[in-house]
Amino acid sequence: MSVANRPVHRPLSPHLQVYRPQLTSVLSILHRATGIALSVGALYLATWVVFAAASPSTYATFQGFNGSIVGRFVLGGWLFSLFFHLFNGIRHLFWDMGYGFEIKEAYRSGWIVVVAALVATAASWIVGLRLV
Amino acid sequence: MAEFALPANSKIGVGETYKAPAGAKNIRTFKVYRWTPEDGKNPKVDTYEVDMDTCGPMVLDALIKIKNEIDSSLTFRRSCREGVCGSCAMNIDGTNTLACTKFIDEVKGDIKIYPLPHMPVVRDLVPDLNVPYAQLTSIEPWLKSSTQPPTRERLQSPEERAKLDGLWECILCFCCSTSCPSYWWNGERYLGPAILLQAYRWIADSRDEAKGERLDNLEDPFRLYRCHTIMNCTKTCPKSLNPAKAIAEIKKLMVERTI
Repeated sequence: MSVANRPVHRPLSPHLQVYRPQLTSVLSILHRATGIALSVGALYLATWVVFAAASPSTYATFQGFNGSIVGRFVLGGWLFSLFFHLFNGIRHLFWDMGYGFEIKEAYRSGWIVVVAALVATAASWIVGLRLV
Repeated sequence: MAEFALPANSKIGVGETYKAPAGAKNIRTFKVYRWTPEDGKNPKVDTYEVDMDTCGPMVLDALIKIKNEIDSSLTFRRSCREGVCGSCAMNIDGTNTLACTKFIDEVKGDIKIYPLPHMPVVRDLVPDLNVPYAQLTSIEPWLKSSTQPPTRERLQSPEERAKLDGLWECILCFCCSTSCPSYWWNGERYLGPAILLQAYRWIADSRDEAKGERLDNLEDPFRLYRCHTIMNCTKTCPKSLNPAKAIAEIKKLMVERTI
């Protein structure tokens, strides 16, 4: 059929709405999301420093937020983002060298990255609390 | 730019339900995407109950049975019914595959069938593949040579020939390209896994003499580098090929020729 004869109102077939989420795509979008979280986290860190530089009371306010449930969630999420993005970045380096492209390998490396990121997050959280 | 929601004219409604004939004991339910250009309405999902005691084992068998016995207006492409032509590529149970090689038994619950994702729909399960075909043309998928043709066949060593294994088997069903979120968001500019695998098939061919020119044509932020190694392509390929690996090999060649 020529382009001119084609009806203009063809619907678009469903994509995200019907495609089954799987480790391949979920970890890919998580890599991007954690990358964004790290950028936002850098701003958070900068704000922290600004509050610390302003006065002891502003610093205490910020620390108070950090200690709250929401604050802990933010810091924990940032920590996980850091480790996930780091480990998955290493996974990407192997791909860039041409390794790990069989589906079995990609799933194994994917799960390793997820578990390693969770373990590293928990470990540094515990070590951090010990140091305080 | 990525648009995550479907356009207004593409939102999917609820369609008809066709009950199984009385007395059928072994029933499976098929939910099939329907759209016709004739009535000006949005797409819908029709529900067909199929008596499995009188139906073949593959999803394509069920579609043909529905078309023959329940609803002759159901439209889909099919030809070889043995996984070599690539016509019956569609989204079944959430992933892209060939209806002819997908066992109904592999699907738990209702069998949901949609056209290949994020493509303009011609009718029902038939997507418009003009863009991917034009992209295939753009990589010039034929042997190119500038030297004097030999008087006999162009010879290859077994090792050189082995490099084409896993590439020549592609049947251009576009399951991989239409599984790729990058291709969804940038399908007009990113070539997609199917076409890049084809491009690599010629780059890797020892008889081809246009490697540099082929790489030049791919060296582009969109044509090649929208691949972010998501690997939905390799996961979904009904021929168990590895487009993600082929794309990585192209990216490696791009780096190798600059150092």
